[in-house]
Amino acid sequence: MRPEADLIIVGGGPAGLTAYIYAARARLQTLLVEKLSPGGQVVVTDVVENYPGFPEGITGAELMERFAAQARALGWEALRDEAVDLTVEGELRVVHLASGRTLLTPTVIVATGARPRQLGVPGERELTGKGVSYCATCDGPFFRDQVIAVVGGGNTAVQESIFLTRFARKIYLIHRRNRLRATRILQERVLSHPKIEILWDTVVTQILGKEQVEGVRLRQVKTGEEKELSVSGVFIFVGIQPATEWVKNTLALDQGGFVLTDAEMRTSVPGVFAAGDVRSKRCRQIVTAAGDGATAAYMAEQYLAERKSAGGRG
Amino acid sequence: MAVCQVTDRTFEEEVLQSDIPVLVDFWAAWCGPCRVIAPVIEELAEEYAGRLKVCKLNVDENPITPGRYGIRAIPTLIFFKNGQPVESITGAVAKRTIEAVISKVLEV
Repeated sequence: MRPEADLIIVGGGPAGLTAYIYAARARLQTLLVEKLSPGGQVVVTDVVENYPGFPEGITGAELMERFAAQARALGWEALRDEAVDLTVEGELRVVHLASGRTLLTPTVIVATGARPRQLGVPGERELTGKGVSYCATCDGPFFRDQVIAVVGGGNTAVQESIFLTRFARKIYLIHRRNRLRATRILQERVLSHPKIEILWDTVVTQILGKEQVEGVRLRQVKTGEEKELSVSGVFIFVGIQPATEWVKNTLALDQGGFVLTDAEMRTSVPGVFAAGDVRSKRCRQIVTAAGDGATAAYMAEQYLAERKSAGGRG
Repeated sequence: MAVCQVTDRTFEEEVLQSDIPVLVDFWAAWCGPCRVIAPVIEELAEEYAGRLKVCKLNVDENPITPGRYGIRAIPTLIFFKNGQPVESITGAVAKRTIEAVISKVLEV
């Protein structure tokens, strides 16, 4: 069995594309597998204000197009497929794809990222696309002059609430704690916004509506008081869940399902590295994903060089 | 076969009166995930040519049809058969997820 490439990168978000750029410049023969077009979660972001080098901000879609253009200039071509399993066969790692194809390689970078976490309440699944949304830039314009709810208290919830004020008449920001987790500059904007009212210490227990969202049932966690709130949309930003189903039998994961690595992106399997949101870590930003991708590609290069000098195949 | 562009004006003829099942991708230029699945939609149009018609409808330029089908999220893919919506998918999902629904729609 001969390896298909020096390195297989799985995932075409900021981590995977950065890893590609570094690997290609190191002249590693590299394949990048992505199930959709590149960009990852960033493409849903209206404006990215914290990626250095863009003092005016840049849309998530445009920033990712620039990452992809840089990768393309180094020879990247889309391999549109979905990784469904990762196995180890002696010295080689095998990436199994949904199409049935298998890719043999000495090194892999897992950069499959994460997707929005669901709230897990009745009505959520049934009403997704009918008023329940996880993407403000996609669905915000359907809620012009309406009253909507946003659930969450982190950066995404707060930033998207502010974005949604362009369309909605009134926004209830529903947060289970009594203070926001979001970064201070975003907190300042949301706390002073005339269209946004924060409901503190409150959780959504049910999403109401038959054909479309008509409201939410709320519980005040301190008093236990329950009430219904009439809204036509519910935007949910309560964190992320990792896309690690395909590596769960092979790599060590943390309790949340994120891939455990050391500071140099090494996973529990030699030759397999992880980068970006899929990793077990605290700070998940575009800039840290890009940093992870660079480190992972560098470490993959080192790993290949060491194997070669030790007389390994490949 | 290429992806056909439908409008509020041509929807009746192109989609509802089609002899074969139709997949309509409701999209807009401002929607990141819509761009992300666009190449998948084009591939499906090629691969299922003759069995499934694949169309795109821009919701910004054509507000009537999305309103009629209660679209409140994009991308939304709706499958039409004999003029009736039979299945739908919301959000940018992997190709094999769409293909699973296509086989269901073509089989029945």
